[in-house]
Amino acid sequence: MDSRFTRGKSPVLERALGRPRSELSLAAFALLFSELVQYCQRRVASVAELQARLAQLGHHVGLRALDALVARERPGRRETKVLGVLLFVKGPLWRALFGREADKLEQANDDDRTFYVIEREPLVNTFVSVPRENSSLNCAAFAAGLLEAVLGASGFPARVSAHWHKGTTLMIKFDEAVIARDKSLEGR
Amino acid sequence: SRELFVLTYGALVAQLCKDYEKDEDVNTCLDRMGYDIGVRLIDDFLARSAVKKCRSYSETADMIAQVAFKTYLGVTPSVSCSSATGNEFSLILDKNPLVDFVEELPAERASLCYCNLLCGVIRGALEMVHLAAEVTFLQDRLKGDAVTEIGITFLRKPEDRKHKRN
Repeated sequence: MDSRFTRGKSPVLERALGRPRSELSLAAFALLFSELVQYCQRRVASVAELQARLAQLGHHVGLRALDALVARERPGRRETKVLGVLLFVKGPLWRALFGREADKLEQANDDDRTFYVIEREPLVNTFVSVPRENSSLNCAAFAAGLLEAVLGASGFPARVSAHWHKGTTLMIKFDEAVIARDKSLEGR
Repeated sequence: SRELFVLTYGALVAQLCKDYEKDEDVNTCLDRMGYDIGVRLIDDFLARSAVKKCRSYSETADMIAQVAFKTYLGVTPSVSCSSATGNEFSLILDKNPLVDFVEELPAERASLCYCNLLCGVIRGALEMVHLAAEVTFLQDRLKGDAVTEIGITFLRKPEDRKHKRN
């Protein structure tokens, strides 16, 4: 840690936060993701653990993606309302990460803590084929972990899980405190 | 998108570092994963670019640098030939997108080759077109060198290739 401060400013930190100039091919990401999944698969015993591992990796990515994206897309303003942060996720965040917006954003009828982000064909599952014995495996667990980290770091702690429903659905369940705070903000 | 790719790669390396104690194990693992990716990437590459058969090693190296790197990573390294027999080439990358978000290696991981995946990818891809090669890092910007340099050493002599064609 000490050497970092004595060496002077690192050139990486001095760089401007512009958009990346070139896009990568889908194949590169798909192959890297497949290796990732295979690596996790070799080290775990059950499907649930594999999804947990993928979620953890997605978490790692989400934390780091958030700062750069928020600074670029919403400079100077932080999202304080639940609906605001969800729309940010559906639009700019998804577009920056996956190249297109998420298909739908819905709220559960009976529970105002639960929201659904629905995608017919998520990018991470493009080249993944699931064998029958692992039929509950959904590699969107990676996206779920990513979303959970983004929401958590923006001040909206939630649990996000991936399901097979109308394509792929990420179910977001906010903590009680978040909803209570949102209601009190609206009441004002 | 590029950020997602770079961050995913970072998450992968971080996970590997957590799982393995020694840097050499992490490097080996990255190399092997890169190899698996490379054998599949070559199919995609040949399908997309429809290039003609390369007649010499230097053409192959040029092809890797100018076409493949551009398609998959968006950068074009420069190629230099470093041996008289024409077997050894090095690709010099002055902008490596994989380390976009990496400042430096932590002190306890001083010998980690962060981009070892790239070496494995090149090795796997070349092997699928029947060109055995050894790919290593000669210089690495993360370790304090000026640029990142990947060295490719083709293992079989040019005379062997002529025999194969007959």
